[in-house]
Amino acid sequence: MGFSQHLLILPILLPMAAGAILLLIEERRHGVKAGINIVATALLLVLACGLLRLADTGDAAGDAMTHTYRLGDWAPPFGIVLVLDRLSALMLVLASVLAAAALVFSLARWHKAGPHFHTLFQFLLMGVNGAFLTGDLFNLFVFFEVLLAASYGLMLHGSGTFRVRAGLHYIAINLAASLLFLIGVSLIYGVTGTLNMADLATRIPDVAAENQALLAAGAAILGIAFLVKAGMWPLCFWLPSAYMAASAPAAALFAILSKVGFYVLLRLTLLLFGEGAGPLAGLGSQVLLIGGMATIAFGAFGVLASQSLGRLAGYSILVSSGTLLAAVGLGDHAVVSGAMFYVVTSTLTVSALFLMIELVERAQEPGANLLTVTMEAYGDDIEPEAEDEEEVGVALPGALAILGICFGCIGLLLAGLPPLSGFIGKFALINAIFNPDGLGSATGGPDSIGWILTALLILSGLAALLAMMRTGIRTFWAPLEVIVPRVLVVEIVPIILLIGLCFLLTIQAGTVMRYTDDAAQALHEPRSYIEGVLPGPGQTSGVSTP
Amino acid sequence: MMELTLAIAIGCLTGSGVWLLLRPRTYQVVIGLSLLSYAVNLFIFSMGRLRVGAAPVLEGAGTVNPADYADPIPQALVLTAIVIGFATTALFLVVLLAARGLTSSDHVDGREP
Repeated sequence: MGFSQHLLILPILLPMAAGAILLLIEERRHGVKAGINIVATALLLVLACGLLRLADTGDAAGDAMTHTYRLGDWAPPFGIVLVLDRLSALMLVLASVLAAAALVFSLARWHKAGPHFHTLFQFLLMGVNGAFLTGDLFNLFVFFEVLLAASYGLMLHGSGTFRVRAGLHYIAINLAASLLFLIGVSLIYGVTGTLNMADLATRIPDVAAENQALLAAGAAILGIAFLVKAGMWPLCFWLPSAYMAASAPAAALFAILSKVGFYVLLRLTLLLFGEGAGPLAGLGSQVLLIGGMATIAFGAFGVLASQSLGRLAGYSILVSSGTLLAAVGLGDHAVVSGAMFYVVTSTLTVSALFLMIELVERAQEPGANLLTVTMEAYGDDIEPEAEDEEEVGVALPGALAILGICFGCIGLLLAGLPPLSGFIGKFALINAIFNPDGLGSATGGPDSIGWILTALLILSGLAALLAMMRTGIRTFWAPLEVIVPRVLVVEIVPIILLIGLCFLLTIQAGTVMRYTDDAAQALHEPRSYIEGVLPGPGQTSGVSTP
Repeated sequence: MMELTLAIAIGCLTGSGVWLLLRPRTYQVVIGLSLLSYAVNLFIFSMGRLRVGAAPVLEGAGTVNPADYADPIPQALVLTAIVIGFATTALFLVVLLAARGLTSSDHVDGREP
């Protein structure tokens, strides 16, 4: 095991250490805390990019693209493993990019709006990274709980009646979902006698016929826990109000949380119930496909019906979740590759939109600045002088013009119109539905489900376009007295960077698609994952089912 | 007999838990979640198969027959689940108190219907 293999544990250890140190620093020393958080997040971003390179180039042996890290050097079916492949590396980079943007944005004011913002921020990153890296189901549960517990705190950051009320629902639903998670995990363990994902994949084809129903039930219950997280209709009613109530940087970071659900579903569906899974192959893919399409439709109606921009962003998350779930349901290699491109661009877009909302609302109603209200509600720990001091920060000249351009770009990205990367993501998906074997190999068009999905994808883009145009006209053109909002440079820079990344994705689409193609290829050949994790073929039979 | 007793106990706990979870008062929701987590803990435990008088830890050196021992993994899982469930319930209680203080109502929607 070379030094580079130890890098795998760092995305979990680094936020944990940073969060723990931040916990010990006095709450008033905002500067020190922010500094530590910035350093940790920047290191994490560099680390994630390094891991992306590692996952893409492979080790000295050449072909092994699945990197594993054995904790305590115990052999995998017994010990705990971390697994890095192209998909998890991509999600790690995405999470750290969002974290960096949300953190920079929060430095304007939000990080002072409540206690332990930086600590919770780092612990959330620890949970997210752990969930992307872990190689067994029970650790997935543990990391899920870590990220959920941190997200409960961040959700309530800034306090206020609205947040606490929405947070109450959010916590209750996620606690119930965690219990379903446990039931599913223990049923799967009861049937197969293992929790290691790779080991599970080798054992599922051999499960006795009388136990298959039990295993399917366990997997379905487990799936519900992830579908709640990913926000599939009809398990998604909590999502728009929770994300709307969260403070801007927290909501921008939460955009990755629903993608954690997508990641786990994609990983487990293709690994455990892929083509080689015997009688249980393709379990649940119909549910994901139909449910995903229902989610797109529900999200599109919600986007159209939204009066406030926050709710619109919440429903946009549902649209992107639905698209991704339907893609997992189709399970085709090219579709999954397109979905991975789409997940990057849609997460960056929605995150930028969540950051944008606060600035745009400042232009609409300066009196109803949510932050000042919550600051008062939060009360004594904040010295008013500190806020005044912050107000002297560098304000942005020409704020309205820049805001308008950013808003327009986000609208184009959400709607999936050219020339930005939202278009490429949707085009890749629709192209894969029409030509499963690549461009130009049309085989008489897709089946009816494919047509409906294509129609939904295009119509949901239209709905997003209409809603964004309506809000844009109301905000930037319609007001008789234009209020020029006070926008600090640190608030607009992360938004511009996120949109800039989408531009970069558009220009570098070929490189990114090559990467997602390879990742989808690897997901469809679980053998390489299994052989990467387990010591060798034929040595997998460890503990027998009791 | 042991299996039947445990199954009935899990069923009762789950049933009452779900009913309480659907009630409109926050305190009922907390108690419902606690009952559900007890039921889930028992369920995880029973997934290692019910055994009487079997140790979960292998003793002595040499070859041992795993069938003589209880499965230790579900017991370890239960411990983790208990700790996590305890922590999240405590956290939920804090939020409940905050909601009670801010909205002066213990209804889950923050206002009386």
